[in-house]
Amino acid sequence: MEDSVSAWAERIRNAAATGTALCIVGGGSKQFYGRVQQGEILDVSSHRGVVSYEPTELVVTVRGGTPLAELEALLATQGQFLPFEPPHFAPGATVAGCVAAGLAGPRRATAGGVRDYVLGVKLLDGRGQVLTFGGQVMKNVAGYDVSRIIAGSLGTLGVILEVSLKVLPRPVAEATLRFAMSEADAIERLNQWGGQPLPLSASAWQEGGLTIRLSGAEAAVSTACQRLGGERLDAAESGAFWQGLREQTAAYFAAAATRPLWRLSVPSSAPPLKLAGTQLIEWGGAQRWLVGELPGEQIQARASALGGHASLFRGGNRDGEVFAPLAPALLALHRRLKTAFDPAGILNPGRLYQGF
Amino acid sequence: MMEIEAQAPGVQERDFSALDKARVVEALARVLPVGVLMFENEDLRPYECDGLAAYRSVPMAVVLPTTEEQVVAVLRTCSELGVPVVARGAGTGLSGGALPHPQGVLLSLARFNRIVHLDPHARTAVVQPGVRNLAISEAAAPHGLYYAPDPSSQIACTIGGNVAENAGGVHCLKYGLTVHNLMRVRGVTIEGEVVEFGNHALDAPGYDLLALMTGSEGMLAVVTEVTVRLTPKPQLAQCVLAAFDDVIRAGDAVAAIIAAGIIPAGLEMMDQPATAAVEEFVHAGYPLDAKAILLCESDGTPEEVAEEIARVREVLERSGATEIRVSRDEAERMRFWAGRKAAFPAAGRMSPDYYCMDGTIPRKRLGEMLSAIQRMETEYGLRCINVFHAGDGNLHPLILFDANQAGEMERAEAFGAEILELSVALGGTITGEHGVGIEKINQMCSQFSVAERTQFFRVKAAFDPAGLLNPGKAIPTLHRCAEYGRLHVSGGAVPHPDIPRF
Repeated sequence: MEDSVSAWAERIRNAAATGTALCIVGGGSKQFYGRVQQGEILDVSSHRGVVSYEPTELVVTVRGGTPLAELEALLATQGQFLPFEPPHFAPGATVAGCVAAGLAGPRRATAGGVRDYVLGVKLLDGRGQVLTFGGQVMKNVAGYDVSRIIAGSLGTLGVILEVSLKVLPRPVAEATLRFAMSEADAIERLNQWGGQPLPLSASAWQEGGLTIRLSGAEAAVSTACQRLGGERLDAAESGAFWQGLREQTAAYFAAAATRPLWRLSVPSSAPPLKLAGTQLIEWGGAQRWLVGELPGEQIQARASALGGHASLFRGGNRDGEVFAPLAPALLALHRRLKTAFDPAGILNPGRLYQGF
Repeated sequence: MMEIEAQAPGVQERDFSALDKARVVEALARVLPVGVLMFENEDLRPYECDGLAAYRSVPMAVVLPTTEEQVVAVLRTCSELGVPVVARGAGTGLSGGALPHPQGVLLSLARFNRIVHLDPHARTAVVQPGVRNLAISEAAAPHGLYYAPDPSSQIACTIGGNVAENAGGVHCLKYGLTVHNLMRVRGVTIEGEVVEFGNHALDAPGYDLLALMTGSEGMLAVVTEVTVRLTPKPQLAQCVLAAFDDVIRAGDAVAAIIAAGIIPAGLEMMDQPATAAVEEFVHAGYPLDAKAILLCESDGTPEEVAEEIARVREVLERSGATEIRVSRDEAERMRFWAGRKAAFPAAGRMSPDYYCMDGTIPRKRLGEMLSAIQRMETEYGLRCINVFHAGDGNLHPLILFDANQAGEMERAEAFGAEILELSVALGGTITGEHGVGIEKINQMCSQFSVAERTQFFRVKAAFDPAGLLNPGKAIPTLHRCAEYGRLHVSGGAVPHPDIPRF
């Protein structure tokens, strides 16, 4: 295990010396995401295995190449899970890939995202140094919180060798309810419910139907079901429904095979987008999917006007920018941070933004 | 070679002794309205320390801006003249993060005290950094909402300070730390650039600089506005008090609660000396014969709470609790908490001085830590009472000493340093929620390698290339780590004795 890390460190140092771009690959399940990949393949999927797991500490530390499915199966044996419900998108998805992509599933709005559960990382930076930030405890304010910025950095700051994640017990009870509702009403209702002590754990609106999931103590879920009404889905149907959203295997996403899929991240109370295309709303109103052919500038402008941002999630032109443009001062900070971790600019260059 | 070494980040602290006060004051006076700038010694005194009064230093000048434009003007001026800037909120921090720089400007955000906008529908509040933590919850209360992180000093501490320290509290096991409850931070860099980190959506494009800013101890940018997430107020809270005849058994009970799939709203532990100290002070009715007591809080709907309390009771019985009480009403729940919240003042009553530690360890190592602390009590000839945020392994050992007795202060510091270093050795950290500041800067040398500390300096340089924001705090230079062990400090009294600390 250590041999492969030293070999990769050596390879990174050589690449830095010669200015050779490296493309970090784990399970290859999210290759469609971000800008187009470039550089020589650095396959780090062999660095796998659980380093430590203490269910009563609510912390697990695993090597980056560990398959996400393997980690989830291990947690399930102790009645625990990753509350951010990360999408796999393919069977080989790794934990490092999950953290690097920073993508979360249906539970995001109420449980938090990947960065909220990252407690520590061990990195191989662009100098080929092994660096450890954060730790294996839940409260830790020693040093800058470098481990959280690794979440969603798409491998541009370092190779994730190990990651420590906070885990939680699976909710005792769950129920899925469906209501016939317009888009505007659904957004209004989701925000009202969000302000009440209800055990909401996911929501999805499409084509006149709002589906919500409640998770928590038996009593909390059954009381909420009585209060809210709606049509209750059976366990098998609801499991398949949320899984379809998480993994984007639901019928809605099939259209994205031929047309661009946009993800708009906006304030939950933002009004309907009124953009041409088909829509799906998740995260209590805060995540809006759009399949359509509109120009990117128009979609970015609408997201920005609503106080959020848009990203070209799948398809479309991936040679251009796929994430929202950054304000000049923020862009300058990004470039300097990238240089701080990868001075030669060889780790996944251009995957996040053009030029770094 | 030496020159290159000196240019690498974080080798040694910068020397600002050549700065001319008259010149700095004149430059600031030119860009600020009357009443914002103070530079007479008697006006500077009140700012000489924060909640860690053992460290004192009078700043060169104090500025109390009222607008973001003034903050920009101050930072631009200081940047041009190469003057250090230390930001300060209410000055309640316990690690000396707001300790002034003797050749620097102390930038107080006290006048940034307005709640700009509260949106009950979207459950967000836009506030200025000088707004008190509790004031946000008070403003949100009519809408059935509150701001979840509740550091013990919440009646006085400001949200800007909470951002700087990534403040925790009693309820963070279930509701998260400051970093989990922020949506957006607006700030100004040392070069005077206004930057927004995060937004009112659930994520932002690019690197998660909002997370990086949180807990950065005023080293990266000065916060001028914050958007926090508001949480629906639980309908009911109920507290279970359990007594144990053995500290380790109490620690095992905490693990058993978590293993049963329960995440309580609060889970606190006190050892026997701590219990005795507070009982005498607040008469909470704690069992005095217990070696440890646990407080376990459940919140939610009445049905949810009833279900959880029943499960907690079952686990505690199985774990060998000698006594279990469940609060019957709000008054009793407050009484259970009163003792725990009185731990710091009780320590102050027992002893002329006390020194509060803040390490976090994996909970399973609690027994080892407690035995080691017992040994250290004998070794250093000082008493230590222990209170813990048991749910997340965050320890607050309170070392009792008398600064007027020769050598006690030094012994207390050495005792504290040994606890922190043991926290690291047990797989934990030197600070769970109070921050490194100036207080724990030497222990950073034992938690991070040279390469890691150098990387921290590079991160800082990305935001503050000249190293003017809060220099000398949070991350030790190579020189400091090389010299560690030969540092001396003096003092010991705790200011703001009226603010709750737990």
